[in-house]
Amino acid sequence: MIKYFDNAATTALDKDILDKMMEYFTDRYFNPSSIYTPSISVHKDVEESRKRVADAINAKAEEIYFTSGGSESDNLAIKGFAYANRKKGKHIITSCIEHPAIINSCKSLEKEGFEVTYLSVDENGFIKLDELENSIREDTILISVMTANNEIGTIEPIKEIGRIAHEHGIKFHTDAVQAIGSVKIDVEDMNIDMLSMSGHKFYGPKGVGVLYIKKGTNVTRMNDGGHQERDKRSGTENVPGIIGIGYAIEKAYKDFDKNVKRITELRDYYISEIEKRIPDIILNGDRTKRLPGNANFSFKYIEGESIMLLLDQKGICVSTGSACSSKTLEPSYVLLSIGLPHEIAHGSIRVSIGKHNTKEEVDYLIDSVVEVVEKLRAMSPLYEEEK
Amino acid sequence: MYSDKVMDHFEHPRNVGVIEDADGVGTVGNPVCGDVMKMYLKIDDNEVITDVKFKTFGCASAIATSSMATEMIKGKTVDEALELTNKAVAEALDGLPPVKMHCSVLAEEAVKAAIEDYRDKKLKEN
Ligand SMILES: Cc1ncc(COP(=O)(O)O)c(C=O)c1O
Repeated sequence: MIKYFDNAATTALDKDILDKMMEYFTDRYFNPSSIYTPSISVHKDVEESRKRVADAINAKAEEIYFTSGGSESDNLAIKGFAYANRKKGKHIITSCIEHPAIINSCKSLEKEGFEVTYLSVDENGFIKLDELENSIREDTILISVMTANNEIGTIEPIKEIGRIAHEHGIKFHTDAVQAIGSVKIDVEDMNIDMLSMSGHKFYGPKGVGVLYIKKGTNVTRMNDGGHQERDKRSGTENVPGIIGIGYAIEKAYKDFDKNVKRITELRDYYISEIEKRIPDIILNGDRTKRLPGNANFSFKYIEGESIMLLLDQKGICVSTGSACSSKTLEPSYVLLSIGLPHEIAHGSIRVSIGKHNTKEEVDYLIDSVVEVVEKLRAMSPLYEEEK
Repeated sequence: MYSDKVMDHFEHPRNVGVIEDADGVGTVGNPVCGDVMKMYLKIDDNEVITDVKFKTFGCASAIATSSMATEMIKGKTVDEALELTNKAVAEALDGLPPVKMHCSVLAEEAVKAAIEDYRDKKLKEN
């Protein structure tokens, strides 16, 4: 049996969600844009799904736009907003620990004459509000800071960031891809103008996402074609995906307290056992303001890909910020941004616990991590020097 | 991503350890880059490598190439061991992913560094 501890990468689609999606693949394959009866009924279901998503984050249904996932939502939010508002200004503020979908969208805009400030983060991964305030310029049009970081789990002070943005008449986008189901979101209360999410991170289907765009926020569409999604996103809708993400977010909110409590307990148990049993480690991210399932440790003197692959041999799935698992041979920029030296960033392992993980699985994970770290340290010339 | 041979040498590395009275010791790599190899050689009067041990900090391919390199030079003469190339190590492992070829270079360099250390020591003795 596979012990899956990489729920930040993706989650298992819930069977009951799949069941609800199935008929839109088969019997009710109709294009929601057509105007005969079967299509009208599918269209109605798509709109109901939109309402489910809107209700979950306290938005209006007409502010919800379905996309192909988190990356597309981020691209649309950053580039679509920049293009629509370039007459107002050319400056964007974001953080240096955003997902590549945000960072690389910003990099593309820089090539076209936009200017981007990448806010630094402190050792726990928080942006600094004074640095944010100081970065704001006359021509700043957008601030984009993620709700929670995918690698170290740090939960940013979103509401405060939104408040600062609005005090200066600047729009605020947040990438909430990791946060849905783990952090309660209220777009009104939290001063959010745009928000990205992705179905497969909360037990929904892959290949479907949402961009929330508050009424009055101008965004230019990125792919041209027909008039779907109220002209913001052309292309025949991914109906099964849209149905799936609607039910998935509804369920995530219904089970919110129960899931978060259980997952947090398992996560804290993992952290405390690892800290008890393994010396020379660093917990990356903040101890309390972190995603419930996230535990990211650096194990000194050893390298992350080796840890990951030895755990894989035991049927355990985790991820690493090591260079050796990347194409560039650079360790994770998020870990470097919180000030880890390269050699320590190489030895980091992210565990992301999900709602299906059990105490028994976590016990197995803990024993396995202890064993693997000991084995690799016994092999490491750095450990030998240190001892 | 990795061949079965790489995984075998990674999971069950041969010749891990240290030789306390080694005749040559070589360390190559840099922790900042994510791999360090330390190689220990025991060499007899006929310049035959009678024992090899290694310790490696690094990814699966770094560990596997170290392990394979030790197997390939054990029982060889120093001159033969100097002919070991990174390509030969990679081939013996049924290949490495292109981004991991530098690990095999490191293994070759570790062997050379250990032999150089041995020769330096000999020069000083004489
Ligand atoms: C914070 C964050 N943003 C965006 C994405 C991209 O989402 P998707 O893979 O659905 O495009 C991810 C997924 O890993 C993420 O963690």
